[in-house]
Amino acid sequence: MAVISAPASAAVAPRRRGPVMEFIYKQPLGAVSLVVILIMMFAGIFSELVAPYDPLTIDFASILAAPSWDHWMGTDAYGRDIFSRIIHGSRTALVIGFAASFIGSTLGAMLGVASAFFGGKIDDWIQRFVDVLLAFPIIVLALVVVAALRKTVVAGVDVNLVFAISIPILPRVARVVRAAALSVRVMPYVDAARAAGYSNSRIIFRHMAPNVVAPYLIMFTAFIAQAILLEASLSFLGLGVTEPTAAWGLMLSGNAADFYREAPWMILFPGIAISLAVFAFNLFGDSLRDYLDPRFRV
Amino acid sequence: MKAPILGLVGALAFTFGGVFSEAHAQQPKRGGILQFAISAEAPHYDPHASDTYATLHFSSPFYSTLLTYDLSKFPAIKGDLAKSWTVSPDKLTYTFVLNEGVKFHDGTTLTSEDIKATYDRLRNPPQGVVSNRRATFADIDTIETPNPTTVVFKLKAVNSSMLDHFASPWNTVYSAKDLAADPAGPRTKINGTGPFTFVEHVKGSHVAGKKNDNYFKKGLPYLDGYRGVFTLQAAAMLNAIQGGQVLGEFRGISPAERDRLVSAMGDKLRIEESSWTLNLLVSFNTEKPPFNDVKVRRALLLAIDRWGGSQGLSRISTLRAVGGVVRPGAPLATPEAELAKLPGFGKDIKAARAEARKLLKEAGQENLKFVLWNRNLAMPYTPAGIFLVDQWRQIGVEVEHKQSDTAPYIAAMQSGNFDVAIDFSNLFNDDPTLSLTKFLSHKKNPLNMSRANDDEVDKLYDQQLREGDVEKRKALIRALEKRVFEQGYQQPLLWWHRIVPTHKVVMGWKMSPSHNLGADLAEVWLNQ
Repeated sequence: MAVISAPASAAVAPRRRGPVMEFIYKQPLGAVSLVVILIMMFAGIFSELVAPYDPLTIDFASILAAPSWDHWMGTDAYGRDIFSRIIHGSRTALVIGFAASFIGSTLGAMLGVASAFFGGKIDDWIQRFVDVLLAFPIIVLALVVVAALRKTVVAGVDVNLVFAISIPILPRVARVVRAAALSVRVMPYVDAARAAGYSNSRIIFRHMAPNVVAPYLIMFTAFIAQAILLEASLSFLGLGVTEPTAAWGLMLSGNAADFYREAPWMILFPGIAISLAVFAFNLFGDSLRDYLDPRFRV
Repeated sequence: MKAPILGLVGALAFTFGGVFSEAHAQQPKRGGILQFAISAEAPHYDPHASDTYATLHFSSPFYSTLLTYDLSKFPAIKGDLAKSWTVSPDKLTYTFVLNEGVKFHDGTTLTSEDIKATYDRLRNPPQGVVSNRRATFADIDTIETPNPTTVVFKLKAVNSSMLDHFASPWNTVYSAKDLAADPAGPRTKINGTGPFTFVEHVKGSHVAGKKNDNYFKKGLPYLDGYRGVFTLQAAAMLNAIQGGQVLGEFRGISPAERDRLVSAMGDKLRIEESSWTLNLLVSFNTEKPPFNDVKVRRALLLAIDRWGGSQGLSRISTLRAVGGVVRPGAPLATPEAELAKLPGFGKDIKAARAEARKLLKEAGQENLKFVLWNRNLAMPYTPAGIFLVDQWRQIGVEVEHKQSDTAPYIAAMQSGNFDVAIDFSNLFNDDPTLSLTKFLSHKKNPLNMSRANDDEVDKLYDQQLREGDVEKRKALIRALEKRVFEQGYQQPLLWWHRIVPTHKVVMGWKMSPSHNLGADLAEVWLNQ
């Protein structure tokens, strides 16, 4: 048997991994969480194909059926398939989670960059405004906003609910992004842009904003988890989406409170879905921070 | 697992006759503050303008009515402010003699002028005042007050339901002086002659009253005061009962909630059950396209499987019996076999839904979408809403289920700012006139939320009201029912089943088929 060996002198050039492979290699837990998120997204987007039953169809013959081959996660008090409702619920959670986190994080980032750029009294006013918003616990602020606004459904999404959840996110992102933007503001290229006579908006959007993308992305990802949790909390309290919409928080309230002793699967599986989603987004956010922030690379 | 629970429920379930004997066997004790749950907050304080129990459970302890029901012998009627009454042989004159020395809470003396002012407001409210009882008292021609303790009602025509109307808990008597100063005052201010005086209303929290020392029924009330705690969430209400923060809820709870309380509290709890003079209605806004088209309304009613829904919903909610315009089981109710022939009550749901699809196609509404307005009371409004959305999806109709607080829900219906709503018919007895009033033309009765005006219905209503022969009256009621269901303005979804939990220390409270009765708490006492 011929053995072919590499010449000793031939140096193996290090293979350059792409950013995705690099992330998977350096952040395996983050990669696992990303897989969970992708599964959720797939389930949410293709829920009609993935779910074995219609999530809204009542079947009084199957009221409170225990988990079985027919109903993997059992049925609720209306005989609706819980597995199908969880799959459809992922759409509600992700749409509201992504939308609220995107709006809150983007507005917060803009406010933070503007605050850092202008400084002085403008910075003072913006930061006091942020302080006021930060004084409220997230759930309390969301409750106030959602209670004050009427439900307005656009394309099946309650935009006021999204707005209510995005408001508490805004000041938290603004504070973090401002800190990053303060260090960018003193960079020579910003001074150069000023000297060249560029407008404030151009300096903010073209020169400063791109350099605070890393903290923005990290906050955006982390707050998706918060937004999903808030949506579930508000629905649980009867202020979020309404029955018969499939939503995880809603599945924990209403009849679940009446029948959880007799049918514990009514609260067990939606609870697991919420926990898993929040855990996955938090873990992914942490991993992204570790991956993007040079201070964590050492 | 279920058998012992149901057995326990059975052991603890009392007929209300049984409860009377228990309560009356003991000498009432005086004192104590009764804390009880109210599952909805009153939109205002004025029962004249209300049709929700939330107002009665809030306001009844502060007020008196001319007559009232004797719940020990329901549906017998007894005097409240009236000491006695007579009806003329031609049944056109009702003369009431009032109790003497009745004082309003502000110290003024009640006279027949107060009764007149109250009933004038009920039958002909001034500008800016809402009376939900206009149609009820449309037969009153004149009200005379020959002396301070006598009031005479003269009718335009015979009305076989008039005494029941005088005993209605909604007709709380107000002070003529107060009404002259501000006709809309009772919406926000309380000055009655009832067993309790108003202490406070903390919005979102509670209403409190204290014993009226000048109450005209000597020896009553037994309690020093009461506090009605608003528990909008069912779980909060159940926890409060279980923990003893409140000693009962007098509207009604669901079978699952009953089982939970019985299992947790055992013999500390009393459960009383009764059929209920209450139903949910599906009401279409007939002024708004496409619901002004009878084909669309009829299609939507045909799609509802009431018989199947009754079996399923009765396991998880207070909804139970399938019935027409009169409570199932009541003497003048439509029998099941006859009911099944009416639109929306057929037992072949596949055929009914096929017809529904055909009607929608004919009306050009194959892709119908609308908003279903509902009240955000978990029981039984939420199950009813979920059920209806499911039923209508099965004929391809897309429905947005909108649940809101009682005040905006009622405001939307009263203003006609809705597509379809889950309305309720909140009765206090089985008199058909009372239940049929809901179906009178909107111009005659603003409580007809469908806003339909139908002279044929009004004619049949009048005819049954004047008819003395029971069989002929029954036929007229059937004809009215058929007309209303064929036109599909509004239709009962299901009738309710009442289950009331109280701690066993609560005595003297009397169960009845209506949660609107017995809310004045005058004879309630605490055995502790």
